[in-house]
Amino acid sequence: MKTSHRTLGAALAALALAASTSCGSGSEPAAGDGTVTLSFLVDNSQATLDTAKAMADAFMKANPTIKIETESRPGGTEGDNIVKTRLSTGDMSDVFWYNSGSLLQALNPAQTMVDLTNDPVLAKVQKDFLPVVTQAGKVYGVPTGTAGGGGILYNRKVYEKLGLEVPKTWDEFMANNEKIKADGITPVISTFKDTWTSQLFVLGDFYNVQAANPTFAQDYTAGKAKFATTPAAVAGFQHLADVHAKGYLNEGFGSATNDQGMKMLVEGKGAHYPMLSFQLPPLLAEYPQAATDIGFFGIPGTDPAKNGATIWEPAGIYIAKTTEHLDAAKKFLAFVASPEAADAVNKVVAPAGPYRIEGAELPDDAIQVAKDLQAYIDKGATAPALEFLSPVKGPSLEQITVAVGSGLTPPAEGAAQYDKDVEKQAKQLGLAGW
Amino acid sequence: MTKQHAGPRTGPGVVPGKRHARARADGRPRSAYPYALYLPAAVVYLVIFLVPTVMAFYFALTRWTLFDSTFVGLQNFRDFLAEQNLRIGFQNTLVYAVVTSGLKVVLGLLLGVLLTSKLRLRGFLRSVVFFPVLVSTVAVGITFSVLLKPDTGLVNQALGLVGIDGRDWLGDATTALLSVALVDVWKGVGIATVIYIAGILSIPQDYYQAVAVDGGNAWHRFRHVTLPLSWPATYSVIILSFIGGLRTFDLIWTMTRGGPGFTSDTIASIIYKQYQAGFYGLSTAGNVLLFLVVTAIVVPLNYFLGKRQAAL
Repeated sequence: MKTSHRTLGAALAALALAASTSCGSGSEPAAGDGTVTLSFLVDNSQATLDTAKAMADAFMKANPTIKIETESRPGGTEGDNIVKTRLSTGDMSDVFWYNSGSLLQALNPAQTMVDLTNDPVLAKVQKDFLPVVTQAGKVYGVPTGTAGGGGILYNRKVYEKLGLEVPKTWDEFMANNEKIKADGITPVISTFKDTWTSQLFVLGDFYNVQAANPTFAQDYTAGKAKFATTPAAVAGFQHLADVHAKGYLNEGFGSATNDQGMKMLVEGKGAHYPMLSFQLPPLLAEYPQAATDIGFFGIPGTDPAKNGATIWEPAGIYIAKTTEHLDAAKKFLAFVASPEAADAVNKVVAPAGPYRIEGAELPDDAIQVAKDLQAYIDKGATAPALEFLSPVKGPSLEQITVAVGSGLTPPAEGAAQYDKDVEKQAKQLGLAGW
Repeated sequence: MTKQHAGPRTGPGVVPGKRHARARADGRPRSAYPYALYLPAAVVYLVIFLVPTVMAFYFALTRWTLFDSTFVGLQNFRDFLAEQNLRIGFQNTLVYAVVTSGLKVVLGLLLGVLLTSKLRLRGFLRSVVFFPVLVSTVAVGITFSVLLKPDTGLVNQALGLVGIDGRDWLGDATTALLSVALVDVWKGVGIATVIYIAGILSIPQDYYQAVAVDGGNAWHRFRHVTLPLSWPATYSVIILSFIGGLRTFDLIWTMTRGGPGFTSDTIASIIYKQYQAGFYGLSTAGNVLLFLVVTAIVVPLNYFLGKRQAAL
């Protein structure tokens, strides 16, 4: 047993070393020379890191007395917990980047964030963005980056080669898939290892749900409308099941990741990928052709005359109530919500959709995905995703959509399961009417 | 670990009766040290174990957002029991615990016998078997997720060489849970083996000589001496790996996250998902239930196995 003792000793030594070198993080006090340091917590996706860095650099250039220190955290539910824990223990960075819409509601902004209602910081923010960073009539954040589309990213080269047209109805979409499959290309990319990616057929279908039932969002928040009993809402689950049943998915979809899916799409091994347009810009460095080869269309519904797309609002930047540098933080937020910040970001990260800031325009050389999305917006054929209209979003949707999309659960049952999941969340939020 | 016990009847879990008698010789039990020496340990135990445990029982009864909590009575327990995938979770947890502890007993015993025989590379092989235990579970999970990938993974490439068409082990609902269970066995069999080695080495040579005198062969030695007399080791392995299997989480979470869908969810992963969703009260209620379930299964098991051991 000599060997294992030695190994154990080595392991212990390594542990001790790791413990002694790790250190806590916190906001630094102001330095002696009058400069103020703002800590800035962002999620660790490439697009966010690049955007945050571009904004911070441009801001520090304009304001030499304020230093921004960016910290990163994981995304997804793991990140949600970090943000909640740091807010509730008073350990939050001065300013932080976080989702707008339903996720923000769970952070209890009234207790933890600085109220920005009627603050000059919001001067250049588009008025129709404000509801997604508002709780109980008070505004807490400014938009960062751009809005994006949630629908189908498609490879235009494949469409060109096979002479296909962008589908306006679900039946046309399925007809396209059949031709694509006949050509030996994967029609619909699915990447269920990253479970969140499985939700797009349901979440991205909200434009069609709203077109059929204009009051769905309010009724749903009040506990009156259900997915399972609204035919237009079940359609999203049905679509997931259909593409699986027809064998349109890539091989090994159960263990494929989002990165692999994006690569398949750009390389033309797959034709469609139900995805958020935000996922495209980070790929441009490695695949410049993605700027022109990849396009976007909304998930098609039943009526070609009502064709449209579902929009994801940009995330917000918020100020923690515990900050000691409120003035500097407000200065930073005012900069973030200005056309100058948009310009600075444009140079580093191609916008995936339109800005929510007055005076910030898409550049002429915008990527195709952003242009396609802008076309829907100009037509007035968009709806925000449900999570921006309602605080209610069940946490298990991604598992349910994986199960439906893998043929394990029938679509109607999946919709009913989701209703139960939503009910649980609404109860935990203590909403009225549940 | 390799300490020789006086006889086969003493083993883990059984307190020898004599020492008790001596402690009570002067009428009342006497502490070996002044109570002040126990204080630091007691404080640590109180602050980081007992207090949170008691608090958990309270928070299980509240709707808790980390920012504030509202008392809701038993609502969380009702909600948790109404969780749609809870039945799958229980089923999976049991299957997982039975499969892993069963395989660890069988493989651990066989490896234990092998590694107590007179092999040239015995020391080296013992290290090899024990090595996976030292690796972080998360690292093992990530490594095996890569090895088990459908087309690029080493496992399927190796199977392809012998003409077997491998599948998407972790992405397929029928194989996901068993794949994870097998990885768990690979990682945990080292502990079982070490326990068996200790158990087998503590069997007095006299028994083997007696078998030899009676003209028994290797099978007889195994069947009538090694197997019955290593019962204390079997008992420890079953209890340890069964409890481990019941509360398994890290490997499942790194390899499948309970997926695809809910097909490899265990109770622990269901609880963790409630926590991730921000339902802190609900997930605490789940943990309280898990605690009760593990206790309800392990206490009788412990009693039953302990009785068998005493009867031996």
